[in-house]
Amino acid sequence: MASMIGSKVERKEDKKFLTGRGRYTADINLHNQSYAIFIRSPHARAKITGIDTSKAKKASGVIDVLTGKELQDDKIGGLIAGWKIVSKDGTDMKCPAHPALATDLVNYVGDHVALVVAESLQEAKDAAELVKVDYKVLKAVVSTGQAMDSDTIHDGIDKNLCFDWELGDKAKAEEAFSSADKVVEMNIVNNRLVPNAMEPRASIGDYNPSSEELTLYTTSQNPHLSRLVMSAFNAIHPEHKFRVIAPDVGGGFGSKIYPYSEDVVMAWAAKRLQRPVKWVCERTESFLSDCHGRDHITNCSVALKNDGTVTGIKVDTIANLGGYASLFATVTPTYLYGPLVLGLYNIPAAYCNVKGVFTNTAPVDAYRGAGRPEATYLIERIMDKAAKELGMDRAEFRKKNFIRQFPHQQCLVHNIDSGDYDAHFDKALKLADYAGFEKRKADSAAKGKLRGIGFSTYIEACGIAPSAAVMSLGAGVGLWESAEIRFNPTGNISVFTGTHSHGQGHDTTFAQIVSDKLGVSVENVELVHGDTDKGPFGMGTYGSRSLAVGGSAISKACDKIVEKGKAVAANMLEAKPEDIEFKDGEFIVPNTNKKKTIGEIAFACYLPGTYGEVKSPLPEGMEPGLKETAFYDPINFSFPAGSHICEVEVDPTTGETKVDTYTCVDDFGNLINPMIVEGQIHGGLAQGIGQALYENAYYDETGQLVTASYMDYCMPRADNFPEFRIDYTCTPATSNPLGVKGCGEAGAIASPPAVMNAVVDAIGTEVTMPATAEKVWRAIREKSKSAKKAA
Amino acid sequence: MAKLSLTVNGKKIEKEVPDNTLLATFIRENLNLTGTHVGCDTSQCGACVVHVNGKSVKSCAMFAADANNSEIMTIEGLEKDGKLHPVQESFKKHHGLQCGYCTPGMVMSSIDLLKTHKNPTDDEIRKGLEGNICRCTGYQNIVASVKDAIGKV
Repeated sequence: MASMIGSKVERKEDKKFLTGRGRYTADINLHNQSYAIFIRSPHARAKITGIDTSKAKKASGVIDVLTGKELQDDKIGGLIAGWKIVSKDGTDMKCPAHPALATDLVNYVGDHVALVVAESLQEAKDAAELVKVDYKVLKAVVSTGQAMDSDTIHDGIDKNLCFDWELGDKAKAEEAFSSADKVVEMNIVNNRLVPNAMEPRASIGDYNPSSEELTLYTTSQNPHLSRLVMSAFNAIHPEHKFRVIAPDVGGGFGSKIYPYSEDVVMAWAAKRLQRPVKWVCERTESFLSDCHGRDHITNCSVALKNDGTVTGIKVDTIANLGGYASLFATVTPTYLYGPLVLGLYNIPAAYCNVKGVFTNTAPVDAYRGAGRPEATYLIERIMDKAAKELGMDRAEFRKKNFIRQFPHQQCLVHNIDSGDYDAHFDKALKLADYAGFEKRKADSAAKGKLRGIGFSTYIEACGIAPSAAVMSLGAGVGLWESAEIRFNPTGNISVFTGTHSHGQGHDTTFAQIVSDKLGVSVENVELVHGDTDKGPFGMGTYGSRSLAVGGSAISKACDKIVEKGKAVAANMLEAKPEDIEFKDGEFIVPNTNKKKTIGEIAFACYLPGTYGEVKSPLPEGMEPGLKETAFYDPINFSFPAGSHICEVEVDPTTGETKVDTYTCVDDFGNLINPMIVEGQIHGGLAQGIGQALYENAYYDETGQLVTASYMDYCMPRADNFPEFRIDYTCTPATSNPLGVKGCGEAGAIASPPAVMNAVVDAIGTEVTMPATAEKVWRAIREKSKSAKKAA
Repeated sequence: MAKLSLTVNGKKIEKEVPDNTLLATFIRENLNLTGTHVGCDTSQCGACVVHVNGKSVKSCAMFAADANNSEIMTIEGLEKDGKLHPVQESFKKHHGLQCGYCTPGMVMSSIDLLKTHKNPTDDEIRKGLEGNICRCTGYQNIVASVKDAIGKV
């Protein structure tokens, strides 16, 4: 059988989606179901002085109207931040209470105040209009930069400061700066984004009073962790009688990692009302209440030698956490960010300070890349600026500072196991025809257009895992992954994983691994995920971890199957287990014609009895059955890296920027399914280019989200992109048996600086993301005005 | 209430629904054809595109009552005798979908595009799909899927 690993296998999951048979949460309807509508705060910051639900409760079809008081009466706990960050003064981060339904205070537009449950959606909507909430409106704190100098939002949290965290050796960094030939400084804004998975969130609670089982159907990337949090912290229901099902999920990009207030409330309401309760988010509701991404302001500087060596970096960032600290909100701008500000360069001294601040905006949490795009943006932007100020070629300057020895212990956190940065950069420079750029620039100029080229040579820490490492840095859980392989008596295989697929194609990729390892066809391997009642506890999908960690657990479980199979085959073939070889689905005694297929072995494992003369196929004392579980906890993160090159053409009369070409050469280690990997890159690029040129979540000074619909928030469309040129290099990861590094986030991490470096190169002046036509047009005008003044 | 008589995926349907029922709601809730998705509330995303009398329409932007006496085709109606429609086949072959949520609308829009443009260029395909948002694929493989289906619709 030809190897499946490395093959462009068409996806097993596609047919159901293409024929309209996907089953998303909103598609599920339960017997006797009721419908829920949330009453949300119209104010960014206000005291709730009264809630009158009496009229709404009497309205047609209304089953109940629930508020934070009932939630408190039932002792339902609040939402949690799952990663403890310690400030530089040694104190723990400060997080406010985060009730699923607000009782006294609301902290952002869209914050949850009450729930109307009715027999029909229309009746719930009508009754929602009758709930009267009295607010005393307070001055909202909106600006990331001014949050520390504004009113205190949460009692006891001075300066709205959740943490003031540092990383690195400050004295050593200062030394590098004091002995530098040149220092280049830069102020950077990383714009706030709304993840915008195309499937809006949804949640259905269902309680069975007979079995006392509570089931929650929800749009989650992480059903096991959701159940754990809702059992242990929200105290809704004991874990063993609580089932969380994440059926088909229409994209996540981080925004569906964590349980939301709506999940807590649906689970609780179903139990309280003893009726299934269904809530489906509308898009504007989703803009207001999904966790947002990014939103940093940073001052950074690099210390340089005249020969182009970078000797140090200093980073000072304020990260907006929004109204409350969401589950991964505190790790995203710290440990997922700080260590990566070094990029893939050999920088011997670094210091990074991050202040996490609360504001009256939607909570900010992990969004595709989570911390790593912000880090990559700053290092790649300042590398460009430094090269220009040194008068060096930007490509040469990068190469001068590449890490070349592996493993490489960086001066901050990571020990990078493998890589070859010259290989992907050289390949990308060739593929993008860097040598021909000046000619293309002249051609553009002849048409009255400004052409620019931008590089982004990036690295990310992925395969978010090693439990020992992450727990020492404050994680509330270990980030291993689980797998179970059930070889069925008829010869096909059910594979259970604790990861979750919501577009990544795990059904296919993971089946390819099992197919190769056990010698069965991909068609005979079925992946099961997304249901806490099926398969072992797992940690879900995010941080490009599913294949590196979850896939490795599957690979390890396959090894255990083979090991048991060898013992059984040896017994059946009258040989020693250590002599048995396993290849292409067959157990063979070498140099004989004695062999058994893995299907025969599986069948034998389930029929261990002795029949007359035929003795049991199982060695004495061996348990019957062929099912193995494995938990995999890698020894290190994986470090995908690559080189992205963008060329833009700007029309100076309108400011419109067109991405003319986009080239990337990535090193993701080994590829299991190159077709799926390519799709992941495309999607990441579209999101990253979207951040650079189109997308921006904008709150006005009163805390109203101005960009709360697709009319106002510019989502990238098909006609915004050229055809991306994609290629790879490969240095396998040494931290997992598959040698894979992860590919889900790379596009979103690498592309914003590649695009912005190109835009700045084209127009010759700074502009912030998103580089909209208006902003670029203004920047060009400002530049020519100052040039005239200077003249 | 509006009395409706229409054909959906070749099947005659008679139903009575409230006047304010959107076509998307009618298809999903009354006919239980949940392949038609709703991704926004401003008729921007295109996840709900169906064909009304052979033309692609955002079904969230039309009342069910206005579809009276019309012929509707949803994503569920494309497969014939267990065989995928050429555009569905092409999306599978070229990895033109990931999470699958925008896919039904994207496929329905692509079919209409290929009916109105017999031999579209890449630019025409990209412009033609401008009313459908996909957050997963970066559109590249969708364009490849549509290209490969040229002449097969």
